[in-house]
Amino acid sequence: MALKQVSIFLENKQGRLWKSLNILKKENIDIRALSIADTSDFGILRMIVSDPAKAREALENEKFAVSLAEVLAIEVDDQPGGLEAALNLLNENNINVEYIYAFVEKKTSKALVVLRTENNDEALTLLKDNGFSVIEDEAYTI
Amino acid sequence: MTKFKQEDVWIFNPERECMTIEERRKLQLKRLKKVVKYAYENVEFYRNLYDEAGVKPEDIQTLEDIQKLPFITKDDLRKTYPFDMQAAPKDDWIEVHSTSGTTGIPTVAAYTRKDIDIWGECVARGLASLGVHKNDIVNVAYGFGLFTGGHGAQYGAQKIGALAVPMSSGNTQKQMNFLKDFPADFLCCTPSYALYLAESFEKAGIDPKSIPLKGGLYGAEMWTEEIRQKLEKKFDISAQNIYGLTEVIGPGVSTECHIKDGMHIAEDHFYPEIINPETLEVLPDGEHGEIVFTSLTKTGMPVIRYRTKDLTSLNHEKCECGRTTVRMSRITGRSDDMLKVKGVIVFPKQVEEVIMSMDELSPAYLIKVSRPGLMDVIEVFVEIDQANFSDSMTDLETLKQIIAHKLKDAIGIAVKVTLAEPYSLPRSEGKAVRVIDERNFD
Repeated sequence: MALKQVSIFLENKQGRLWKSLNILKKENIDIRALSIADTSDFGILRMIVSDPAKAREALENEKFAVSLAEVLAIEVDDQPGGLEAALNLLNENNINVEYIYAFVEKKTSKALVVLRTENNDEALTLLKDNGFSVIEDEAYTI
Repeated sequence: MTKFKQEDVWIFNPERECMTIEERRKLQLKRLKKVVKYAYENVEFYRNLYDEAGVKPEDIQTLEDIQKLPFITKDDLRKTYPFDMQAAPKDDWIEVHSTSGTTGIPTVAAYTRKDIDIWGECVARGLASLGVHKNDIVNVAYGFGLFTGGHGAQYGAQKIGALAVPMSSGNTQKQMNFLKDFPADFLCCTPSYALYLAESFEKAGIDPKSIPLKGGLYGAEMWTEEIRQKLEKKFDISAQNIYGLTEVIGPGVSTECHIKDGMHIAEDHFYPEIINPETLEVLPDGEHGEIVFTSLTKTGMPVIRYRTKDLTSLNHEKCECGRTTVRMSRITGRSDDMLKVKGVIVFPKQVEEVIMSMDELSPAYLIKVSRPGLMDVIEVFVEIDQANFSDSMTDLETLKQIIAHKLKDAIGIAVKVTLAEPYSLPRSEGKAVRVIDERNFD
């Protein structure tokens, strides 16, 4: 099952990133994983948070553009080649990865990564079938 | 020191350019009476306009009586598209020019042989005051075509008997070669293109001073004293200003002499008035307002009290150069929201129409025009719509490109698009700031 990621449009202006995180703080929402993609004039902040629906509502009330995108979270071995093995599998099956980032915390000796692919359903099945542990709803509360 | 020599400047038509003010006013009145009658008799638009206003050509007995006549605007010229404003019979038309019409209907003007002759003389007056003589080469890097810039400069140079080189715009390498190799004595183009040429020479390791150019007649866009100084320093030339608009005749309505203290209006052909754009009251010399022109001699498309929307002021004091014609100051702005970017006319409304047509965007927008280096940059800020935000970077970049394409189609020049957060731009309630022009024309 795919996870809901909160994506926020941020102008490349001082204080905007802080403002978005300040809203989450006030709503008592935890950030599990986070990444920023940026261009010269704007960026997209992508996060796995403890309560995606609540986060979206709070941010939209404060006039942010927010969307909930479906992503995958998987466990990989925290050692050289751990992530490479997962990407190799997707690559061999011609599934393009749009972006990838890592979780802040770790559950075990494994590393947790968030993936967005062109075909999440297919990627999910493929990873599961090949023994990768896919993190589901528990990702929100790690 | 400079390649430009003051002793080279001359007065093309001393009889007309240096006549006493009384003589000129007499001539203007005679011509005004004639053109009002001519327009009334030959153009249905003027006949209806004056009938409605209860004024007859015979009511013009003094120059001040011109104030009895209603103003006309660009909208009137659009309504009469294409040729309903022409007074001369079609047989007599020999050339047509037109505005780009990016705002919808272009303004079209047909010229008779006499009009082309007058036009050439007006530009020739400006070229003479820059020192252009019969044996000179004048490169014309204004666009040729429906745009009046290229042809006007060519007719002016040819009127003097100089060699006009119809370079048109673009192809900078060839422009550089011809300037250097012919070699050109004078250059007519927009001031920003002249600066771009200077920079291109520098990039090629050629000092622009080393090319034989002596002077330039620059116009078709607003520019400043700082740009003049830069051009004069870089090329070691005299850079003089030329003003005009298609509706009136094209460039040459007024041209600057080497004293560089205002542009001399070809007053025997174009009668100027300055008005307060709000109250429409005629303002005295020295006061800043919108300049209104009446063509006194044009036969193809006469314009009577045409509101240009250009802001300037008049000065009737005699100029050191010997000319007695009234001078207008540099254009410092517009009384409407029209922008001129890279010489192209842009109305905020055109941008608005594109933005409104796209669901992915909110209706708010902001246009910023600046000149960070030598060329104008137009940047349009648009808001991401909360309901339609895609988190894919590719989607956002594609959206930017689509907007940029649509804007380019609408206004004809490349636009930088910047995506902004929802509700971050000024809203349209009351008087929203839609345009920020950071170029300094004062």
